[in-house]
Amino acid sequence: MADLAQDLARLQTASENPRAQLDYYLKQGKKVIGCFAPYTPEELVHASGMIPFGLWGGHTDLKLTKSYLPAFACSVMQANMELGLKGAYTGLSAVIIPAICDTLRCMTQNWRFGVTSIPMIPIVYPQNRTSPASVDYLISEYETVLTMLSTITGMMMNEKALCETIKIYNEHNRTMREFAVTANEHLDIITPQVRHAVFKSAFFFEKSEHTAILREIIEELKTRPVYDWPGKKVILTGIMCEPDQILDFFTENKIAVVGDDLAHESRQYRIDIPEMGGGGLKRLALQWNARYGCSLIHEIGKPRGAMLIRMCRDYGAAGVVSCMMKFCDPEEYDQPYYEVDLNKAGLPYVTIEIDQQNASYEQIRTRIQTFCEMI
Amino acid sequence: MSEMEKTPVLSAADQAAPAPKPKRPKAKSLLMIGEQTNTLFENARLAKERGEKVGWSASIFPQEIPETLGLNILYPENHAAGIAARHQADPFLQECEGPLGYSNDLCAYAKLNLAYAAVLNGESAVEFPDGGKMVKPDFLLLTNNICNQLTKWYENLARQMNIPVFFIDTCYNPCDYVTETRVRYVRSQIDQLITDLCAFTGKTWDEARFREVMEISQRNSYLWERANNLMDHKPAPIGGFELFNYMSAMVCNRGKKSTTAIMEQLNAEMEEHIRQGTSTFPVEEEYRVSWDGIACWPYLSHNLRTLKKYGINMVASSYGKAWAIEYDDLDGMARAYCFASTNGDNATTMLSRRLEALKKFDCEGTIYHVNRSCKVMDCQMMEIQRQLSEMAGVPFTSFDGDQADYRNYSEAQFETRIQGLVEVMKQNKEAKCNG
Repeated sequence: MADLAQDLARLQTASENPRAQLDYYLKQGKKVIGCFAPYTPEELVHASGMIPFGLWGGHTDLKLTKSYLPAFACSVMQANMELGLKGAYTGLSAVIIPAICDTLRCMTQNWRFGVTSIPMIPIVYPQNRTSPASVDYLISEYETVLTMLSTITGMMMNEKALCETIKIYNEHNRTMREFAVTANEHLDIITPQVRHAVFKSAFFFEKSEHTAILREIIEELKTRPVYDWPGKKVILTGIMCEPDQILDFFTENKIAVVGDDLAHESRQYRIDIPEMGGGGLKRLALQWNARYGCSLIHEIGKPRGAMLIRMCRDYGAAGVVSCMMKFCDPEEYDQPYYEVDLNKAGLPYVTIEIDQQNASYEQIRTRIQTFCEMI
Repeated sequence: MSEMEKTPVLSAADQAAPAPKPKRPKAKSLLMIGEQTNTLFENARLAKERGEKVGWSASIFPQEIPETLGLNILYPENHAAGIAARHQADPFLQECEGPLGYSNDLCAYAKLNLAYAAVLNGESAVEFPDGGKMVKPDFLLLTNNICNQLTKWYENLARQMNIPVFFIDTCYNPCDYVTETRVRYVRSQIDQLITDLCAFTGKTWDEARFREVMEISQRNSYLWERANNLMDHKPAPIGGFELFNYMSAMVCNRGKKSTTAIMEQLNAEMEEHIRQGTSTFPVEEEYRVSWDGIACWPYLSHNLRTLKKYGINMVASSYGKAWAIEYDDLDGMARAYCFASTNGDNATTMLSRRLEALKKFDCEGTIYHVNRSCKVMDCQMMEIQRQLSEMAGVPFTSFDGDQADYRNYSEAQFETRIQGLVEVMKQNKEAKCNG
């Protein structure tokens, strides 16, 4: 029987020390491709026999990046650039950068000229997804990515490998969703920090390996009696909720995270790749067109508020914590509307500012305390 | 009392003071621009009164489409720039960041416009400084060739006013050219947009009219570029900042004959100055520089005053020429609108355009506006500065400012930075003279 504590510790370790995870794959002779936040076609990397590795910033002293980015670029991109410039990503065969916001447009170029030792592969996702032509366009973007990846492997990806990868990714999606639901019955074990570590670690594992560990965790949890959480429950929304100190404040105040709308976490797993309906590339493009509720993907009607209200109802959450990534304009445009919607629904919310490079989080601690009293 | 006695007697001090400098009469082309702008807003108001649908549009949208359909379109970016330049932005910025709940971090054009729209929508009570001439839209026309913030801004306007968005996703160009697959995607969206816009407005697409509008638009683009190019004369025939005044013709009226008349007049005026060896630039042109980024509208006069002090004329700008859009069919239109703004192009394209301008206009320096509203311009500016300065051997300076938020600028910083640039330009000039 697998050991729940060991499995969780393994994911926790990976999420705390991604470099060790990167070295683990490099030692196996694998090629690893850095995948910038928030979305990249990881499946193409996987199907090409390489390891996709998430690059979502991290805590680091910002020095070198100041020659590339102004102070008002978000901390994730500041950290990615800093880590790239100081050599922390040595070993990556390339990075894929999606030009999905204004800062990321520029990141493609900053990386290209700043981190010349690691080639940059750009991808530009379509935003007018109601246009039927967006599918063919996105397929062509995928093909460009594949061509660039093939210069690293010296091999062309084939359809069979892609179909196999799609199965692995869909299985991982389903398992992540199942974990999120199962976790809510064991909030004594799956604390906000543990939940976050499970989600974050997914970016640092080959997906079938991550699924295998997750399956053991889920099975172990299911053998335990349902825990009746006596504290309060919330939903998180935003890009990400890091570092762990912030999550500690939730625990301190007996607040459990029972669902999230974070780009770093559940937004990744909402939509599967269609099982049918064409070749692998087309089905991947159709998955993109079906994604919803993300500030970085154009949608009419500002649907996030309604989605968050639904999530609160479904998971019994008393309110929403808006984890506002500092200087993230796509999120800043969504916020006024989901706040209005939450207000109308009588659901309390609080905004905490996320900056990976912050030295002090006392203000956030106070906000969470106050919010806890409110709900 | 005789007429003589009515004449006021001048004091000795008055008599000693020099006569006030007569104000230079406005150029005819500028008067024409004023009329054209008034007509644009008036026509939109009248159309609204007649019950016709009026639209708001992103500034580098293929304007030829609504022009062909005879629709009245207004341009929030242009309007916001005007409000900011007239120092009327404050109540709108306060409203947006206060009751409307938007972050201070966002684009000031967007903040200003979202607050203005809230007033039109009856949600806010800020007093219009312009009588509400930016009438409430019935639909929105969107392209994201300038930036991705526009996409989010228009999403919000659409929800705020419950109106449709007609969107052409022009895609960022990481390659040095517009890939053919982008052209196909954009072309397909243009076709769909024409169908949808006709259905929504009840208008009919007329191919012959489109050809006519396209020709007018092409002529205007040619004339606009030509006027910009006349700045290569020494001294430049006009003060470079004056060209900003004509941008509304290219942004809002690119497909109109009235713009042709304005552009022809402007070219004629500039040529006349060249013939006479004169310039509207009020002092001797000591230095020629390029300006990178959007104008700092709230402080245009301070910018100009400071530059004038050192005889610096801005003879090239990366910004205005974005509206010189050339093509001759719908495929060409798709390609041209993907490539129009350097915000949508990779650094190589951006560098080659800027290098060409620095050489063509014989610039001795570049001034970068670190526009707090515009991440897409700022987030790769430092790399561009380094490379361009090295390629062209031309010094640069940058200053913190904003296209519409007056709070993000320091007069002292601007003056110090320009002073620093002048010192380097002066040394370079002297070194050149001394061989």
